[in-house]
Amino acid sequence: MRVGLLVTCLVDVMRPRIGFAALTLLESAGCEVHVPSSQTCCGQPGWNSGERGSARALAEKLIEEFEAFDYVVAPSGSCAGMVKTHYRELFPGEGAWLERVEGLAAKTWELTDFLVNVARIESVPGDFEGVVTYHDSCAGLREVGVKMQPRALLAKLQGVELREMQDCETCCGFGGTFSIKFGDISAAMADAKCERIAASGAQAVVLGDLGCMLNIEGRLRRRGDERTRVLHIAELLSGRVDA
Amino acid sequence: MKSQSMHFKARAGRALADVKLQGTLKRFSSGFAEKRAIARAAYGVEAFEELRGAAAAIRDRGLEQLDAWLLRFEAEAVRHGTEVRWAETAEEIRAHVLEICTRHGLKKAIKSKSMVSEEAGLNAALESNGVQAVETDLGEYIIQLAQEAPSHIIAPAIHKDIDQVADLFAAHHGRPRSTDIETLTREARMMLREHFLTADLGLSGGNFLVAETGSVALVTNEGNGRMVTTLPRVHIAITGIEKVIPTLEDLSTLNRVLPRSATGQEIENYFSIVTGPRRPGDTDGPEHMIVILVDAGRTRLVGSELKAMLRCIRCGACMNHCPVYHTVGGHAYGWVYPGPMGSVLTPVYDGIENALDLPQAATLCGACHVACPVKIPLPDLLRTLREKQMVLHLRPWRERLGFALWAFAARRPRLYALAASVGARLLAWMGGRRGLISRLPLGGGWTRGRDMPAPEGRTFRSLYRARKFAVVYGDRRLRGREDLAA
Repeated sequence: MRVGLLVTCLVDVMRPRIGFAALTLLESAGCEVHVPSSQTCCGQPGWNSGERGSARALAEKLIEEFEAFDYVVAPSGSCAGMVKTHYRELFPGEGAWLERVEGLAAKTWELTDFLVNVARIESVPGDFEGVVTYHDSCAGLREVGVKMQPRALLAKLQGVELREMQDCETCCGFGGTFSIKFGDISAAMADAKCERIAASGAQAVVLGDLGCMLNIEGRLRRRGDERTRVLHIAELLSGRVDA
Repeated sequence: MKSQSMHFKARAGRALADVKLQGTLKRFSSGFAEKRAIARAAYGVEAFEELRGAAAAIRDRGLEQLDAWLLRFEAEAVRHGTEVRWAETAEEIRAHVLEICTRHGLKKAIKSKSMVSEEAGLNAALESNGVQAVETDLGEYIIQLAQEAPSHIIAPAIHKDIDQVADLFAAHHGRPRSTDIETLTREARMMLREHFLTADLGLSGGNFLVAETGSVALVTNEGNGRMVTTLPRVHIAITGIEKVIPTLEDLSTLNRVLPRSATGQEIENYFSIVTGPRRPGDTDGPEHMIVILVDAGRTRLVGSELKAMLRCIRCGACMNHCPVYHTVGGHAYGWVYPGPMGSVLTPVYDGIENALDLPQAATLCGACHVACPVKIPLPDLLRTLREKQMVLHLRPWRERLGFALWAFAARRPRLYALAASVGARLLAWMGGRRGLISRLPLGGGWTRGRDMPAPEGRTFRSLYRARKFAVVYGDRRLRGREDLAA
């Protein structure tokens, strides 16, 4: 099957290794992976800030770039959620566009959701060993329904022990531009998350979205915690974790 | 009540710096949410989700023909001897109540919880017109003594801890200070009893208005609602027009979902359906019953893109599940209604330009939406308000310019790739050996409380292109770069 990899703007700029990890996982699942080189952003920053015009323009661009593939996969619940649940709100009453939007929404998947429910992979290449805890990203959890998928995949790693933290479904405080507009509130929320992570006793917090990742890692380090690792689930599963 | 919502950021800052409040908020934060989860599980998760759908449909059915159901309610209420009045503004609520006090010569009001009376600043209006107003809900009583506003719509004194309550009671009751909850409750009960027996006006809200019977339905946990609606000579119920529901059958459905969503109870301790004043032969009840139906901004929601907000049944589940509310508490929001529902209602009722921060002060995490018993898509409504701010040019020019530049580049892949490459390298350089940026120009909001993890240096797309190039041409430059050779 032909899969379009929606790299996402944050992975592209901040953590290319996560993009390669996703690529590895998809290829080892037998997918023929394509990376449209003109992709930039799904439009979510504009959409969440009330900038409908820019969100709409970027949605049109993304639809044209990706609709030819059998599947579209993103290493992000937030970007997948944007395409799956919000794109249709950008084209109210526009039959032709809506048809294309629905077509794309139906074949767009968050990475772990795709690996478990479409590719149905038996094993993963990763070999991480240690105690981890999983942070459920808001959009992945509540817009796309990502909950058991990453846990099912973690269970395939023999050396990994999952120790759930309290309030693993509570927002880390990122919220896009919220994290800058209301930086102090956002940091306090991230701090509460860091306390839960520390209390779990895990060596690493694993998650599936870049926004939460940068927020949690940034707060952990500022708190003086240099040890707890913050890893994207794709890194862990693909084996692309530095020792 | 005068809104302070334009000062959200400053108020939130004070709340974050208030160590005592932070402790209280931390202890409270998961209590109600956990109780709701237990009640939902006990009801059956799937059945409860169906119930939410049914409750939302009932609310929509009432709201789609709001005018017709309100007229039906009025006709039925009048038939049972209730006087029905209409208030278009908060000012009109005060005028009605004061006129009724004058007409009946009323001097002392006992109140059960009413958030609409907070909208109208009713207590202050009564006091300045010589009518004593006593809050009888324990939480409301506490904050009345403290001269504060409610910080939560069903737990108004949730921001106070036992020590603070003990201090208040000692100062006002002239009795030895105690920190024993039972002693404190007994003390409040004793004080309130005297007020219950001497008041001539009872003021209540109304959880629902039942159109087919002309009844006001009230739910409370302390029994004070019963006293307020039966003991004084005159009972005034004040509630928003959106609270009307068609039938008693609808009420039974909504009352399954309301207490479970609010406090995790299967049913409240007291559930009253009040239909008219005392009839000949009745042993109790007021001589006069008046219902004041309040608009005060609600009709602006009818038929609008925010109309789902009218479904709200004031259970507080959205704030109980809101991580921002848990972090800053209810007073930060600056007006009557805090949390997600308040961040939608305040700009609508009080003016979008008077509450610019509220729709922005949310991570859109969706926890409120999935907890709402009537399925109000609160994140969508907040996003809609953000769009209105943008369209009305109410956002700062720097923010608008930033978005314009970003959108311009994001639509031009080559320009974007160039900007991304330069930005990633620059930030990687700023991150130094630790890969962390501790001060970010234009990003002070982020770096005041956090580091910014730096990018790796090159963008995914440039590395990917290089990898493809290497695979095809065996590029020497890439040999030994394990991270690139998949």
